Amino acid sequence: MNFDFTEEQTLLDNMVTSFVRDNYDWDTRCNIVKSEEGWKEENWKQFAELGLLGVPFDESYGGLGGKSTDLMIVMEQFGKGLVVEPYLPTVILAGGLISKLGSEEQKNSIIPEIISGNVRCAFAYAEPQSRFDLNDVKTKAVLNGDDYVLNGFKSVVFGAGMASHLIISARTDGDQRSESGITLFIVDTKSNGLTLQNYPTIDEYRASEVIIENLKVSKDNVLGEVNMAYDAIEEIVDISTIAACSEAVGILQVLKDSTTEYCKNRKQFGQSIAKNQVIQHRLVDMMIEYEQAKSILFMAVTADLSNPDERRKAVSAAKARIGKAIKFVGESAIQLHGGMGVVDEYMVSHYFKRATMIGVLFGNTDYHMKRYMTLTQSGISSSDEAISVSVT
Amino acid sequence: MDTAFSNEDLKFQSEIRDFIKTNYPQELRDSINSKRKLGKELSREDLTAWHKILGKHNGWSAPSWPKQYGGAEFTPTQKYIFEQECAKAECQYIMPFGINMVGPVIYTFGNEEQKAQHLPGILSGEVFWCQGYSEPGSGSDLASLKTSAVKEGGYYIVNGQKTWTTMAQYADWIFCLVRTNPEAEKPQQGISFLLIDMKTPGVTVRPIKLMDGSHEVNETWFDNVKVPVENLIGQENMGWTYAKFLLAHERSGIAGVARSKKAIERIKQIASSEMSYGEPLIQDPAFKAKIAAAELELSALEYTELRTLAKDSAGKGPGPESSLLKIKGTDIQQAVTELAMEAVGYYANPHLGTTLSNEYVGPDYATNLSGTYFNFRKASIYGGSNEIQRNIIAKMVLGL
Repeated sequence: MNFDFTEEQTLLDNMVTSFVRDNYDWDTRCNIVKSEEGWKEENWKQFAELGLLGVPFDESYGGLGGKSTDLMIVMEQFGKGLVVEPYLPTVILAGGLISKLGSEEQKNSIIPEIISGNVRCAFAYAEPQSRFDLNDVKTKAVLNGDDYVLNGFKSVVFGAGMASHLIISARTDGDQRSESGITLFIVDTKSNGLTLQNYPTIDEYRASEVIIENLKVSKDNVLGEVNMAYDAIEEIVDISTIAACSEAVGILQVLKDSTTEYCKNRKQFGQSIAKNQVIQHRLVDMMIEYEQAKSILFMAVTADLSNPDERRKAVSAAKARIGKAIKFVGESAIQLHGGMGVVDEYMVSHYFKRATMIGVLFGNTDYHMKRYMTLTQSGISSSDEAISVSVT
Repeated sequence: MDTAFSNEDLKFQSEIRDFIKTNYPQELRDSINSKRKLGKELSREDLTAWHKILGKHNGWSAPSWPKQYGGAEFTPTQKYIFEQECAKAECQYIMPFGINMVGPVIYTFGNEEQKAQHLPGILSGEVFWCQGYSEPGSGSDLASLKTSAVKEGGYYIVNGQKTWTTMAQYADWIFCLVRTNPEAEKPQQGISFLLIDMKTPGVTVRPIKLMDGSHEVNETWFDNVKVPVENLIGQENMGWTYAKFLLAHERSGIAGVARSKKAIERIKQIASSEMSYGEPLIQDPAFKAKIAAAELELSALEYTELRTLAKDSAGKGPGPESSLLKIKGTDIQQAVTELAMEAVGYYANPHLGTTLSNEYVGPDYATNLSGTYFNFRKASIYGGSNEIQRNIIAKMVLGL
């Protein structure tokens, strides 16, 4: 057993670390998030040059053939720098769906363009009533000749404003919450029938509301099989959830380290506040939470993600546990920074806000606790229960 | 033991209720609600309009003040009823700096001229006050403050910097703790309590933006500010005594029980509209359990507050026990703001009302809920952090 990175993984880790160090100092980041666009195209070009945009894609399309550990490495370092460019929406989420479901023709035409940085995508799945349920889809697609006509509404689509293409989930059959009958469509964001309302998020990223009115999509732009997209959506959202957890772990490390440093330096009553046991214990608990978060992330990354039940369990376990760590480490970081914690000018509040919003992304702690419980406890027979009781 | 309201209390309750119904301006309610939802700054008028209305009615703007200074001199039960009714009707709360803080200091330790000069403006809400306590290096350790006041002729010359001055952008006056004797044996012994006109040359206010983007607090700088010696409260170098008296007053009402109740009601409404697993979120067992837990904690705190108030019927201000009201009160406020944010799922994300977004998205009830959660992290830090409150209880109540 070993938890060390391979040589290639170490190289990737070093590369992303130096990108963040050289291109993402705090002032630069503040200017990016305040800009009209909310991201920096030059950084995207650098991602392309460094090969980062190709990490998860198959080598036959020009990618690096990376696995979830490689994505973890990238996202953890992006978390440390609060990198806002839409890597997760484009490369992991939309890119994952295209890799999973696209026809050879679609993959050949889109994936190389993503890898070279020319195409950015976003995945429009959530709706006002769906909360975190990927199967709850009201947006409708009706076949009319060679085109589908889409009508509906998608909420809080991350990275849509920066995207050239959207992948939209729509109902082609079944009722609102049925898992079958969901189809994915890939469309140009400038298409007639699509209206994007772009806005900044509380953690300084960008998202959009997407209004879909009589949007015509050619049959050729259906991604995967009609009515059969649900399993792939669930799988790719799971993979993206691990990526989000990785980003969170990077953020938690910064929160823990910077808070420890602050408490050592901040003096009250003639001594460093870190001399107080109540502060020390809180810092220790933050460290423990961080280590637990990192461990469960490793568990998820090394789980057999090709087995759907293993994957679901691992992902929900990680997201729920890391969600708990986010709350404790984040709130403690602010509390121990005192007044400096609540101001916009100081870095710590920005890390806290991003971590908190990752807590909501792809389902919050309650959602994943419930999913985990359903997966692990519904099948317990009465004899299993009796055994576990006698053992404990 | 009898916790039921007497007939007189009930009469009082309906009197308050009627008064609010007839006199609280609907346009004020609308203006404040819409600004809060969008995270926009409240105007001085928003903050003081209700204060001014109450100020014209039997001293109701100052529920605790003695009648001789123009206050309402409510009994503890009446104060409780008054706060409940105001919260239920979502009345704008009265800024505490004049009424709860400097006012009692002035009528307790000030001279006749000071009472005559300042109390009427505080009561009526015409004069806006702010608090000059914390400094960049003096937060929890307030007594280490460095802002100096040196007597020259009929003036103190004040130099230094205060921070976290809430609403200094609207303030006419600031009450300050300043160091008048740097040589004193203990730092607490060299501090004086000064009233300073914000229009005096040399006073500069700079905004501090909080993490939700709001502008509530400021840095206040003093550069050779000439303050007439008549503005000293009580005796020179006795300021710490007055400050401690004031801190005890600041803590009364900090539990915010009535407002948290209202907030929980609101969350239940939101959770009835939000869907989860195809059903209203309010049906979700995990979410229901969290609402119930908040309600239980709040119920207990309500009775803890009532017990504290009952002990305080002598009007001396609550003792160190009141630190527990601050700790539990802010715990609950923070839990409740978090629940509200959680209720709206992905709609916690949009940050509206900025220069980068001119359209409003999502359900009306969802706007700025995450902003409020982030903003309320301040509650366990301000007014003496909750760690300091625990130190106070440990030392003063448990004798540790």
